[in-house]
Amino acid sequence: MRLNKLRKISRRNAMLIIAGFTGTAILPSISFAQSNQALNRINEITNGLGAAESDIWLDLPEIAENGNQVKVSFEIETPMTDTDHIKTVYILADGNPSPNVAKFSFTPDMGSCSATTRIRLSKTQNVYLLAENNNGQFLMTNAQVKVTIGGCGG
Amino acid sequence: MSSIKPRVKVPKEVSIDEVVEIKTLIRHPMHSGRMKDMDGQTIPRHIINSFSAKFNGKEVFQMDLEPSISTNPYIVFQFKAKESGKFDFEWIDDNGEIYSISKEMAVS
Repeated sequence: MRLNKLRKISRRNAMLIIAGFTGTAILPSISFAQSNQALNRINEITNGLGAAESDIWLDLPEIAENGNQVKVSFEIETPMTDTDHIKTVYILADGNPSPNVAKFSFTPDMGSCSATTRIRLSKTQNVYLLAENNNGQFLMTNAQVKVTIGGCGG
Repeated sequence: MSSIKPRVKVPKEVSIDEVVEIKTLIRHPMHSGRMKDMDGQTIPRHIINSFSAKFNGKEVFQMDLEPSISTNPYIVFQFKAKESGKFDFEWIDDNGEIYSISKEMAVS
């Protein structure tokens, strides 16, 4: 009896584990298929050069219950001197009606390349950050946000 | 519309070379042009599309806003204090309406 019960639980657990694994395995491929508009935009901005995947601190919630107000913060390590600083930062979303979300223009006077704002996300998607330094080099990173109730009013 | 008063938090006194945080908030509907009203009519796009911060007359930070920015835009950025002076903040919306506010900052 006891053994039987144990086996039942473990089988159920096994099913859950399998379900969980397939779920996570399928998700990235879906988001990849839709990621074109943000990546296309990155291609456009960089003139086809593309951007190096880099270690940028991009803070977004993993799960956003309300897509109308999603807080996004970022910080890029840079000396912010006249000869070495981040000039522009773009926030792009691959699942919104338009990939453009915001464009920030930084100057060395700011002493640090960091900002925070609140954005709308219409559904679960990837949010990209693209940064350009004063030498015209591009850096990027991205984060996935799972959205429970979409924003944008679409 | 011009009754909209932006709110900005700038530290009054800071020490030299200190990197300070500046928080801004403005009340604005940010109609994305995709939302519908009660009667099912699309509300035309009406957003703040630009924000800028000048310090002693020199632009130090600028941001282009798109319809994907939330209602009541909240913007936080940092600034390295080198001299005392005055900040001028400016928000511009699709109708060409300009909302502005100024703040003094003393550096010692």
